[in-house]
Amino acid sequence: MRINYRNTTISLVVGWMAVFSGIPLLLLLGVSFLQPDQQRYFLFNFSLTAYQDLLDPGYFQVFLRSMYYAATTTCICLVVGYPFAWFTSRIAKKYRIVVLVLLMIPFWTNSLIRTYAVRLLLGTKGLVNNTLLALGLIDAPIRMMYTDFAVVLGLVYLMLPFMILPLYANMEKFDHRLVEAARDLGSTGLTTFRKIIFPLTLPGILAGCIMVFVPAMGLFYVAFLLGGAKKNLIGNLIQQKFLISQNWPLGAAMSVVLIVMMILMLGCYGLILKRFSTAGRG
Amino acid sequence: MMKRFQGLYYAFVYFFLYLPIVVLVVNAVNSNRYGLKWDGFTLKWFSAMLQNDGLMEAAGNSMLIAVSSATLVTALGGISAVVLYLYRFRGRKIISGLLMIMMMIPDIILAIAMLVLFILMGVPLGFWSLLLAHITFCLPFSVVTVMSRLQGLDPSLLDAARDLGASESQTMKRVVFPLLRPALFGSWLLCFTLSVDDVIVSSFVTGPSFDVLPLKIFSMVKVGVKPEVNALAAVFILGSILLVILSQFLTKEQQK
Repeated sequence: MRINYRNTTISLVVGWMAVFSGIPLLLLLGVSFLQPDQQRYFLFNFSLTAYQDLLDPGYFQVFLRSMYYAATTTCICLVVGYPFAWFTSRIAKKYRIVVLVLLMIPFWTNSLIRTYAVRLLLGTKGLVNNTLLALGLIDAPIRMMYTDFAVVLGLVYLMLPFMILPLYANMEKFDHRLVEAARDLGSTGLTTFRKIIFPLTLPGILAGCIMVFVPAMGLFYVAFLLGGAKKNLIGNLIQQKFLISQNWPLGAAMSVVLIVMMILMLGCYGLILKRFSTAGRG
Repeated sequence: MMKRFQGLYYAFVYFFLYLPIVVLVVNAVNSNRYGLKWDGFTLKWFSAMLQNDGLMEAAGNSMLIAVSSATLVTALGGISAVVLYLYRFRGRKIISGLLMIMMMIPDIILAIAMLVLFILMGVPLGFWSLLLAHITFCLPFSVVTVMSRLQGLDPSLLDAARDLGASESQTMKRVVFPLLRPALFGSWLLCFTLSVDDVIVSSFVTGPSFDVLPLKIFSMVKVGVKPEVNALAAVFILGSILLVILSQFLTKEQQK
């Protein structure tokens, strides 16, 4: 009997995605509506306990703090990454590869090891403090570890390529003659940026922001290693609920909130893109 | 004026990206245990690393998982990309949508979703659960890599094969597979890196019987400075430099 190539491969792919992606995500949603139980992770009773527990001010604070960290990280990555991507899109092709390879090497190096490296720098006897002391800029070491600064720095360090690469992918297609045309028509630098460069690079900006903002909230090991036990991200809470306190419904409910946030952001992304593309034509 | 600013800007960003890495590598060959000052060159941390059985076992396990998941995911991802590109079938849109969601979703959510699945299905946490999880979270990246290559192909090549009487499996073997080879290499390298790099998924879906490198490193650095970790980091950095160069070389081949 001949094996039907088409049907075999289709069912393999569909089956894999259904069993290992679709079903687990639905299970997660389902678990968030069950009753928590200390011994067996959860009981098979419908319950909104997990969502009620989420309203606890303590959790709410962690949510706000993660969003604050993630938003700060996103803004810094954008401010640093935008000029980087812009310059890279304008230099000669043969140099571009060098620039991008140099950007990719840290990106391909284990992120845990890089977080640990940031820790080595920021300690009271780390390189940064020692340099500042030697230069006479400070008299006593500054405490940088276990602060908001350390967490945000670590997040920016890990997430920067995720901002630069989508921006670059977008800017690579940018037609630089538009800028010349605007200048010839008497536009100032700022107006050119506002009316031409910004709207045309907006898809890249939004893609980069989503690539940075959502994952940043899940990087629990960064918050743990650089921020200590008190600077939790949503990721740390989810990890604790699943691996330590065994309250699966609560952990699942937190994940559902994270997914909903991601969907809302993607929705906004779509809406903004649509508005800008129709505005451009009108 | 602008040129000079641009150069300074690149220098600033690269300084920020490379300073921590350079400090790690320097500390890996620094006799001073805490890396506070330079006490002379040494390779003793590398031998300490090789003598740390737990660390070496975890490294072996990580390599095993990375090589097997990269190989399997490239096979599956390659097939998926070809299927999604060539065939029109019901659920095709859903599958592509699901792949996109999987790529966007934070790792931690995928990790716990897999954990719930494994616990409910009674799959013991260890090698197999980790392998399945790694294949799943690498899959979208593999599909995208192969898909971008497929979209650059000349569709008439497939028509020509069909016109010349090639069967479906012959077309795959003789036309599609050779054309996709560079993309498959690219996908393998990417998935290998993603797998070695992963901390989040591994910390949820592996059990105490199967320790992997990121978890081992995490538990080691939690308590303080470990010079063996510096040595290991140096090995990792060297490895990623080689991988990036290799992948650049391969994409260059692809463009020819």
